[in-house]
Amino acid sequence: MESSKVIHAFYNDDEVLLDAVKAVKSEHHHIEEVFCPFPVHGLDKAMGLAPTKLAITAFFYGITGLSFAIWMTNYMMIQDWPQDIGGKPSFSWFENMPAFVPIMFELTVFFAAHLMVITFYMRSRIWPFKKAENPDPRTTDDHFLMEIPVHNNEEALTSLLEKTGAVEINIVDKH
Amino acid sequence: MSHYEAPIREPLVLGDKSYHDITEDIAKPIEGKANKNWHMAFYISLAAMLWGFGCIFYTVGTGIGVWGLNKNIGWAWDITNFVWWVGIGHAGTLISAVLLLFRQKWRMAINRSAEAMTIFAVFQAGLFPIIHMGRPWNAYWVLPLPNQFGSLWVNFNSPLLWDVFAISTYLSVSLVFWWTGLLPDFAMIRDRAVKPFQKKIYALLSFGWSGRAKDWQRFEEVSLVLAGLATPLVLSVHTIVSMDFATSINPGWHSTIFPPYFVAGAIFSGFAMVQTLLGIMRKVTNMEEYITRLHVEYMNIVIILTGGIVAVAYATEFFIAWYTGSPYENYTYLSVGAATGPYWWAFWSLLIFNIFIPQLLWFKKIRRSFIWSFIISIAINIGMWFERFDIIAIVLSKGHLPSTWWRFEPTFVDVGIFIGTIGFFFVLFLLYARTFPVIAQAEVKTILKSSGEFYKKRRAEGIPTKPSIVAKTKSKEVNPDNNKKE
Repeated sequence: MESSKVIHAFYNDDEVLLDAVKAVKSEHHHIEEVFCPFPVHGLDKAMGLAPTKLAITAFFYGITGLSFAIWMTNYMMIQDWPQDIGGKPSFSWFENMPAFVPIMFELTVFFAAHLMVITFYMRSRIWPFKKAENPDPRTTDDHFLMEIPVHNNEEALTSLLEKTGAVEINIVDKH
Repeated sequence: MSHYEAPIREPLVLGDKSYHDITEDIAKPIEGKANKNWHMAFYISLAAMLWGFGCIFYTVGTGIGVWGLNKNIGWAWDITNFVWWVGIGHAGTLISAVLLLFRQKWRMAINRSAEAMTIFAVFQAGLFPIIHMGRPWNAYWVLPLPNQFGSLWVNFNSPLLWDVFAISTYLSVSLVFWWTGLLPDFAMIRDRAVKPFQKKIYALLSFGWSGRAKDWQRFEEVSLVLAGLATPLVLSVHTIVSMDFATSINPGWHSTIFPPYFVAGAIFSGFAMVQTLLGIMRKVTNMEEYITRLHVEYMNIVIILTGGIVAVAYATEFFIAWYTGSPYENYTYLSVGAATGPYWWAFWSLLIFNIFIPQLLWFKKIRRSFIWSFIISIAINIGMWFERFDIIAIVLSKGHLPSTWWRFEPTFVDVGIFIGTIGFFFVLFLLYARTFPVIAQAEVKTILKSSGEFYKKRRAEGIPTKPSIVAKTKSKEVNPDNNKKE
């Protein structure tokens, strides 16, 4: 991959950062990434990030869990080995269903929660032994880092970023 | 305006703190050395744990006969401990999930430790049914696995099997919820670690968290959805535990109020244990400025509420036992028979520790006192243990036939395993307090401007939270104190 230059602008306040993102956006510069030590409300909107669909996936994972529970209880308790336990009717799944409600509920939650979290980890590329990619260790402490690609406009960008209150501006080669 | 909070609200973070100060404060117990008190507490807990493990090996090697059970009382001390530990486990998820949905900012200082407590408590709870199986190496038989016994499946009609599903779901979802919240905080420790080994460990634990804007957006969404899923989950777990009893036909157990009453009791005991642990932890790890009097008061208010629900449930049970006029009902755990019979001490311990002593919390002075909260929380822990003991041992000690009138007396093994689990719990918690960020620092940073004492005071003076931008020349000077200066 060809190496390209990027600007790393550091901020140390969330509100200043938010204004800076808006200012940079309004000047039609592309913001490659913003690294934050904590969630800044409204940052995703200001950067123009699309809303996440993880909640929707959780809904479908939950449906999957519910279906699995229905299939499992029906196969094990009604089809494969019906038993008369405490007089609870085992002729059809529906008659025996009230006793299966807890299992159906738990598996719905189990599937929805775990599969959503696994999806989150995969989408955000976080897992054990993954190397961190934040360019500066201060971004997990109290600094916010805005990464902007440079296309022969270093001077203009630097002065814009300085006006927005960046506490440190570095131009680095990104590989 | 994003950081506005009514000035009448007390601050949740005390002192003149900047974002960096929070980092320093949370990292300090991990990077520093343990003090003498920590070592002492750790070795005492370790000894208790080893003693408990010894008793477990004795039980498994010799048989359940070494416990105080008899032909009529087939479970008593172990299931009491099981329900007690599961109940304690309820506060963590309640704090992290329910209070998140209600947007309670005060949860942020205590959710990490409360969730840790939940997970460690559910570990202890899970031990008891497994030991009680007698052959713990066959514990996997509770899972619906195809097997060589003519594919005889597990019984999905049984509340005991519902328990298996409820508790394993609860444990695993709580663990994932906790760990996801920990990732940014582990990343913080990783990025400031100086020792290479420490850096490696925290890099592994943090899963390579980088804190991109998109990651945070997903992180917040996942937290919210997990909270939404965990809220009914936490209510379901103790509901199902109560069904272990409520679906039986024993007088005193066959009670329709058990699910809500057990859930309220679980939250009651869970918050009591949070008070106990945090009362010690805030001192030991110097978190006094994050876990404040206000946090203690809020938790005490939850304790009064849930304790009130429990008290109403007790009164209902007692009244119904008398009102039915049934002689069998007269020896349920909350009845005249229980109050005057051979288990009178257990009955009165329940009432005194669980009902009478917590009423002190109605006084604001006591509710806001650290030492009183600590004492009352210990009383509730004892009271809630007796509640489960009363429900189980008293009810079973007098059945429908006089030939089933047996008493339960614990042996040293019963007691030893219980002490062992307390030791195990504290071993885990003490190790956690030394190696994990005990406060969700990333989340606390988000409320610093709205609820920090420093910013609240400034807002009262009309100073905005946003620092004004100092026009800079090309110099690369960093002003680390920008948060505090105009």
